[in-house]
Amino acid sequence: MAKITMREAISQALMEEMDRDPSVFILGEEVGVWGGTYAVTKGFYDKYGPQRVKDTPIAEAAIIGAAIGAAMVGQRPIAELMTINFAFSAMEHIVNQAPKLRYMFGGQFSVPMVIRAVGGGGRQLGATHSQTPDAIFAHFPGLKVVSPGTPEDAKGLLKSAIRSNDPVLFIEHATMYQVRGDVPDEEYLIPIGKSKVQREGKDITIVTYCKGLELSMKAAEELSKEGIEAEIVDLRTLRPLDMEPVLESFKKTNRAVVVEEGWKSYGVGSEISSRIYEEAFDYVDAPIIRVAQKEVPLPYNRTLEQAALPQVRDIIDAVKEVLK
Amino acid sequence: MAETISMPKLGFDMSEGVLVRWVKNEGENISKGDVLAEIETDKATVEVESSASGVVRKLLAGQGDVVPVGAPIAIVGTADEKIEEPQAAAPKSEGKAEQKPPPASETELPKAEEEKPASPSASAPASSPQGAPVPQTESAPQPADTSDEKTGPIKASPLAKKIARDNKVDLARLEGTGPGGRIVRKDIEAALASGQPSAVSGQKPATTSVPSFMPVSREDETVQLTKLRQAIARRMTESKTSIPHFYLTHEYKMDAVMALRKQLNEYLSENEKLSVNDFIVKAVALTLREFPNLNASFAGNSQVVRHGAVNVGIAVAVENGLLTVAHKDTDQKPLRQISAELKPMVARAREGKVKPDDIEGSTFSVSNLGMYDVENFLAILNPPEAAILAIGSAREAPVVENGEIKVGWRMKATISVDHRVSDGAEAAQFMQALAKYLEEPLRLLV
Repeated sequence: MAKITMREAISQALMEEMDRDPSVFILGEEVGVWGGTYAVTKGFYDKYGPQRVKDTPIAEAAIIGAAIGAAMVGQRPIAELMTINFAFSAMEHIVNQAPKLRYMFGGQFSVPMVIRAVGGGGRQLGATHSQTPDAIFAHFPGLKVVSPGTPEDAKGLLKSAIRSNDPVLFIEHATMYQVRGDVPDEEYLIPIGKSKVQREGKDITIVTYCKGLELSMKAAEELSKEGIEAEIVDLRTLRPLDMEPVLESFKKTNRAVVVEEGWKSYGVGSEISSRIYEEAFDYVDAPIIRVAQKEVPLPYNRTLEQAALPQVRDIIDAVKEVLK
Repeated sequence: MAETISMPKLGFDMSEGVLVRWVKNEGENISKGDVLAEIETDKATVEVESSASGVVRKLLAGQGDVVPVGAPIAIVGTADEKIEEPQAAAPKSEGKAEQKPPPASETELPKAEEEKPASPSASAPASSPQGAPVPQTESAPQPADTSDEKTGPIKASPLAKKIARDNKVDLARLEGTGPGGRIVRKDIEAALASGQPSAVSGQKPATTSVPSFMPVSREDETVQLTKLRQAIARRMTESKTSIPHFYLTHEYKMDAVMALRKQLNEYLSENEKLSVNDFIVKAVALTLREFPNLNASFAGNSQVVRHGAVNVGIAVAVENGLLTVAHKDTDQKPLRQISAELKPMVARAREGKVKPDDIEGSTFSVSNLGMYDVENFLAILNPPEAAILAIGSAREAPVVENGEIKVGWRMKATISVDHRVSDGAEAAQFMQALAKYLEEPLRLLV
């Protein structure tokens, strides 16, 4: 087991799959000569050449559209969106074409494509470049949405995403590339659509994913000092959603907080708490609280930005409220 | 040609059904045999299948409407043909369900016999405080306790309500410690742990015993009967008061059946295993073939209908009542097929999802309480059937054989017979003939 960064884990996954399968190629803005906006594909251009690491114009609809076309004729493209906020320029392709082509053509085509997109706030990039619109994409059947919170999961899930025969939106968090974690030395895959208990506890269930996992782990350490043991369930995949570990944990603790970085209204937390109410009603001992971003466009000002984003303190407060 | 689908009659005393849900909507294609709607009868929720193929042109009743048997509920036709609307089924409001007298004469052949008591002595309802525990009605607030000025609904978490229900804890007597006085899990657990008699009602007392000097007051509870329960009450009263019953008990040697069953089950997979009841059902069916007068129905003052088919009804305990599933042509089918057909029927009955065919057409019923360690019991006839067989437990007992005391498997069964149709001697011969099959069960296999 080596302790490596999220950036290295993602980079390793890409390289291993490109070495394994010649139909895998990368396209996106500044992925080639520059080595990626977040330096994930540094060295790839030199190793694989311009045929397999393609710099594109600043035209997201063209990037995703080209990737869909390539995927339909047998390639395995990995399209990178510099930020997920640019996905809106390619919305037609991402939600209306890629997830539906297999279905609309009666199985004659499939779209084995990965879209890597960088999401999340906290880097003072302003309201239009700092969003966490994961729930929007998870709304569409046919599109798998994956968003890992640890280097180990990032590597294993990205490799599964590249091997998936259907489109996968793989969301990375802009502030987590330096997060370090243990990653197995040997090759491994982590299946898409499996939630995981990342910390065991008996008093309350915290359901979260991606950046929320980092915050929740810190909150759990604090709570532990006060004798409150939180169990943390990491969704890892938003669609297909695996509720089993969530329900299993909830049936044990009877209380839950859902943590996400996106806005609360119509969000991931709404979905999770609804499912708990529907599927474990008789186990509910207190209302479930959602911790999420304040309902404003994310401010540029550093202090205001932090105030609008969910913080460790918010999770601790929510847990105590639910445990009242 | 458009076809009208009507509210089916699913039991000889069914006069109306509630249209619970339309499965197909107007304009949808439907094939003969497709499920058109779900209806609720006195006994169960059943699916109504379409008797025609085409397009659902018109639905004539709304969801929740009470529709009389035979009234049209839907029209199925081709997409463009002109349809004439029959008089819409005048839905009645639930409240004034009229008290129809039973049909004067049963001209049609007997249909479904659904409910029937397994136990003749079902006589311990509300008045007896020591009687069987009356199921609590959900978590609806209890009638206001005079010693308690709490008003309004009780605030408790769903989990707290569930634990309270499971442990018969009276929520009205608890103080909640959650936000706004909400009763939460730990409040109930505390009450259970302390064994507070004021909080814990009903049986299942906490581990600490209640001090004898402190009387516990428990209120009477009035429980609304389900439609099924009401139907059972009505049918059983009618049966027991209007049909002259007589009873005969016979003890059967079950050693051979037990041994054969064990042997056969070794060849069968887990979900195919034969039950003792499967053997009994088959044995009864073959015996009935020899006694057509007990596979019959009294049909008015001058006639008895002897049924051509031998369809053995099996009483199934369901929530809050009893259903009889009707196994068809039992006498003609092999044991394994009977067993395989019965399993899903029984499962559907327990889930309240029987199909009309599951509960229609039994000609003789078997009620088996053997699994409850019952030595013997007397069943009430399931009209219009002329007889019913009540089965006790197969048990090991000391028996005398050739002047020696040995251990043997014995089972008592009691037949209840309509004396208008048959007499003691015939019933006794039936019971003897049944012994032939149960005591030499290889006869069931050939």
